[in-house]
Amino acid sequence: MRHFLSLLLLSLAVPVAAQTGLPPAPYADRQLDDPRQEAAARDLMEELRCLKCQSQSIADSNAPMAGDMRSQVRERIAAGETPEQVRSWLIERYGNWVSYDPPIASAVTWPLWIAPIILLLAALWLARGRFRKPKGSE
Amino acid sequence: MKRWLLWLPLVLFGLFFAAVAVGLMMPKDNVIESKMVGKPMPAFALPAAVEQRPGLSSTDLSRGKPTLLNIFASWCVPCIAEAPQLMALQRAGVEINAIASRDTPEDIALFLNRWGNPYSRIGTDTTSKVQLAVGSSGVPETFVIDGNGIIVHQHIGDIRQEDIAKLLELLEQAK
Repeated sequence: MRHFLSLLLLSLAVPVAAQTGLPPAPYADRQLDDPRQEAAARDLMEELRCLKCQSQSIADSNAPMAGDMRSQVRERIAAGETPEQVRSWLIERYGNWVSYDPPIASAVTWPLWIAPIILLLAALWLARGRFRKPKGSE
Repeated sequence: MKRWLLWLPLVLFGLFFAAVAVGLMMPKDNVIESKMVGKPMPAFALPAAVEQRPGLSSTDLSRGKPTLLNIFASWCVPCIAEAPQLMALQRAGVEINAIASRDTPEDIALFLNRWGNPYSRIGTDTTSKVQLAVGSSGVPETFVIDGNGIIVHQHIGDIRQEDIAKLLELLEQAK
């Protein structure tokens, strides 16, 4: 009997140090009923950065905060907002940092877009001699 | 070919090396500051988190007197560390309102019984809605709000003994 009781107690083990005792926000892990809206929300979630884990998108992260953000994104899109409206709502609060799609015309992020083009042009310029026929041949 | 061009690859490598070295040596900055500082508090209304205190809405934060808005949670360890400082601020006559983040009424009541209750009002934010609206990314965080409901300062992390003077000064300036 005692063995049975201890087994029973073991089977009831619950996470002691869980970060929060609350169930996740309503739409944290539940898809929207409209598949088109769900796809739009999903695409946006892939491009929003988790505030807690910072190197993951909110679609990837298990942090409670990311769940709350997913729920917020789905609820706003279900209410008729466009993904770009939701993104700018978040950028207004957390800066461009929160989005994985940095703007082209911003003092800090434009080099991200221009640098590859400049590097490619520089490489072509450096390599231009290689494409010429060597002098004295023929 | 010009002689100086021979040195170009070495210079480029030097620049690359310097960029990597700086990136490795600088401590990682994980702090995300709210862009809402300087802007009015977004409108919200949160139900009461515990029986002893009323809930919190944005209109409570623009009654002519500067206030502190503390975002905390019973599951957050640094919130315990800052509890004595919040009690000291309250004793100094500061009105402190709170948002309890992702928490249950029982846990909040236990937390307040154990570590003290410096709050005038406590709203419960179970899905981080208001936290996201004010641009907060974690607990604990404390916002200084002037009498017109404008956010004038965001303190990220627990309030230490040495932060009290600065917060009191900011509250004084916000008058």
